[in-house]
Amino acid sequence: MSVCTLRIDDQDVAIAAGSTVLQAIRSAAIAVPTLCHLDGLSPVGACRLCLVEVEGSERLLAACVTTVQDGMRIHTNSSRLQEMRRTLIELLFSEGNHICAICVANGQCELQDLAVRVGMDHSRFSYRYPNRCVDLSHPQFGLDHNRCILCTRCVRVCDEVEGAHVWDVGWRGEHCQIISGLAEPWGAVEACTNCGKCIEVCPTGALFHKGEGTDEKHGHPGRLAALVQGRSRQELEP
Amino acid sequence: MPQDFEQLDPVLRRHQFRADALLEVLAAAQRSYGYLSAPLLRHVATSLRLPLSRVQGTASFYHLFRFTPPPRHQCLVCTGTACHVQGAGGLLQELKQHLNCPELDIGEVRCVGTCSGAPLVLVDGEIWNHQRAPALIEALQELLQ
Amino acid sequence: MALLDRCAEVAQQPGSGITVKGVGCHGPCSDGPLFSVACGDEVRLISVQSSSASELAMELQEALSRGSLREWVPRGCRSLDPQSPFLALQRRIVLERCGQIDPEDLSDAESAGAYQQLNAVLAANNPEAVIDLVRRSGLRGRGGAGYPTGLKWATVAAMPGAEKRLVCNADEGDPGAFMDRTILEGDPHSVLEGMAIAAFAVGAQHGFIYIRAEYPLAIARLRRAIAQAQQQGWLGTTIAGSRFSFDLELRVGAGAYVCGEETALIHSIEGQRGVPRPRPPYPAEHGVFGLPTLINNVETYANIPVLHRLGLERYGVGTKVFSLTGHVSRSGVIEVPIGTSLRTIVETMAGGPPDHKPIKAVQTGGPSGGCIPAAALDTPVDYDSLQALGTIMGSGGMVVMDSTTNMVDVAAYFMAFSREESCGKCIPCRTGTVQLELLLRKLLARKATVADLEQLERLSETVRDASLCGLGQSAPKPVLSTLRHFRADYLALLQPLEASR
Repeated sequence: MSVCTLRIDDQDVAIAAGSTVLQAIRSAAIAVPTLCHLDGLSPVGACRLCLVEVEGSERLLAACVTTVQDGMRIHTNSSRLQEMRRTLIELLFSEGNHICAICVANGQCELQDLAVRVGMDHSRFSYRYPNRCVDLSHPQFGLDHNRCILCTRCVRVCDEVEGAHVWDVGWRGEHCQIISGLAEPWGAVEACTNCGKCIEVCPTGALFHKGEGTDEKHGHPGRLAALVQGRSRQELEP
Repeated sequence: MPQDFEQLDPVLRRHQFRADALLEVLAAAQRSYGYLSAPLLRHVATSLRLPLSRVQGTASFYHLFRFTPPPRHQCLVCTGTACHVQGAGGLLQELKQHLNCPELDIGEVRCVGTCSGAPLVLVDGEIWNHQRAPALIEALQELLQ
Repeated sequence: MALLDRCAEVAQQPGSGITVKGVGCHGPCSDGPLFSVACGDEVRLISVQSSSASELAMELQEALSRGSLREWVPRGCRSLDPQSPFLALQRRIVLERCGQIDPEDLSDAESAGAYQQLNAVLAANNPEAVIDLVRRSGLRGRGGAGYPTGLKWATVAAMPGAEKRLVCNADEGDPGAFMDRTILEGDPHSVLEGMAIAAFAVGAQHGFIYIRAEYPLAIARLRRAIAQAQQQGWLGTTIAGSRFSFDLELRVGAGAYVCGEETALIHSIEGQRGVPRPRPPYPAEHGVFGLPTLINNVETYANIPVLHRLGLERYGVGTKVFSLTGHVSRSGVIEVPIGTSLRTIVETMAGGPPDHKPIKAVQTGGPSGGCIPAAALDTPVDYDSLQALGTIMGSGGMVVMDSTTNMVDVAAYFMAFSREESCGKCIPCRTGTVQLELLLRKLLARKATVADLEQLERLSETVRDASLCGLGQSAPKPVLSTLRHFRADYLALLQPLEASR
């Protein structure tokens, strides 16, 4: 297996050719935020938080979907990138209705953690206060669209890992929404296997177990990687 | 009661029930049945062996698909640049203000590419060039009677 | 249409000695409806102003009985001066047959030279030479981005694998742009021929034309043209007796501007949501159904037969087709040599704004482009000069705006467009365009402060730098370019308190 050597911030990093820049960054224990990315799911490059500067490229590149090249020089934490990440997080907060104090995921929320990390205390943009609904039709689970950030992890895990494809994205632009079946109540969708993987991978409190109160949701996004890895070694039968 | 939607069969067969023909099939379905009802979408999903959410997600992405029965008449104001700089925005507002009727759907259409007639509207698929609010409202009221 | 039918009735009489046919667009749309009278080599364009179809047919009958149509100008009509700048300053090579041939009749197109270049290319049987010619011509993509066409072809040709695909992007979505519609409605075979030549050069067996649903006439004519070309053996298996086979499929969009972006277009052809994906991999490597795919725009393909017919020297720098709209005396479609000055186009040819108001700006490139101030009208229209001004050549829509136009309103218009057409996949475009439009509306309502203006500028830069695809990356361009050239319009809208500071 050939190896690529690259320089990330001030570190020299060697990693197998064909790896992504994000893998290289993580292998060097450098912290770059991500939201849509999850080990075990196909990358989509949608949240734009892992954008990095690559010398010789005019554009910023999303680390999760960029393949390493030998000799790459990468900057992950310039003031421009910091400002951009903060702006993106603020945009997310302005877009939905994120009220941490009453959220099941309070204290366990990736969006909340990122807000703290980028140093955001409020959004500089106008809050939109969209009128979104909550779907409690499923016997075990609930979906609160107010907290959804459209990372599409649930869509991908249900399609790629569970194979049920209950979820998809409906409509477009600012009207985008996660939908189940024909945009019908989740509980009415026969394809759902009640596996709960979507709950585990959801970075916020949008998908949750019914009965969980404030601060009580504990997502386990890390379990997915172990499951996918195990399957590829055929240790666990699907 | 499951409906058979047999008008769609030739289209499905022509595309050999292939999933990549989803847009063509949806367009044909809307042409035949006026709009994409839930049973119709279910039929399309089953025929093309696609998940329901995939079909709904795709259909709702595109402007031209509708999920409710169409009204009897439709007046779409072109919101292209040429129409905009010649007052399409005001025209649309006036129409919405003066014509409030369930039989008439007032909406917008993306540039239809015949900008010399700006500002223009599409009435039931027909292009009406150089429209001004008072005359257009009158013509539409006539159409509705 | 009624005009065509009535005149055809007259012509059908025995011994009339004339042929009447429907043709594609002549170009000067603001003078329409139009017809042309051809006697020998002399072709005159006649604009119908107040005459009805039956009156005209009667006049045609009378003129015929007098013998010749050479001097004929019916009552209620006006003969267009061929020396007028709108017509004389054009170089119609791509549009040459538009307005001359009947687009629904393949034999008419063939007698005007259609498919001769494909025939020659297949006879020469040298794909490398075709790519080399395109590369040396310097042809750049006419769809907006201006990527060198020859390079793109060479990349696809070099891709391993026997199966390749070809795509024609006819999803002309920029508001105010109708060049591709004109070509497809006036001379669809030029596009089919260009596609077949390209397919031969890069080794593609199957092609798609992705066209927007808003163009019903173009769709109908394309369907017909494809069927006729298949029947005549210009498409299908063993074309023109060679071993080359190429088939074409028409795919009709369903109303989504973002599908003009190539990766979104590919998803749409595959029957999915028209959502872009990150590049690389580029379509040349991983395109339709994962196969190496060549994607070019309508006008780019239409340039290919012309380039072959004229050869490098006579082809020269090539031309660009523009659609002229907005505050101009003469609107329509024109084709001019690349490098023609903007002033020549909008003042001399289009005649500037009616009632002689001064021009304030020219918008090019649609929602992905910017506004050029009147002071820069002497800029030659080419890819690099326009880019230096903060706009793009774009697909060719040119909207002229006179002094009454408020540029903040224009920026807000385009931002609303981008917001509505955002696919919603990436955060900066999905929610950034919403916030940018809010800020612009706040300005227009005279409620904005200097801080809002700063935020507008900063957020514009973030959306430009952080968005996933071309739509998001260029959505702030109308704001940034108007801020650059028309800052006074913005400042004038600040809160009275702020402005007086």
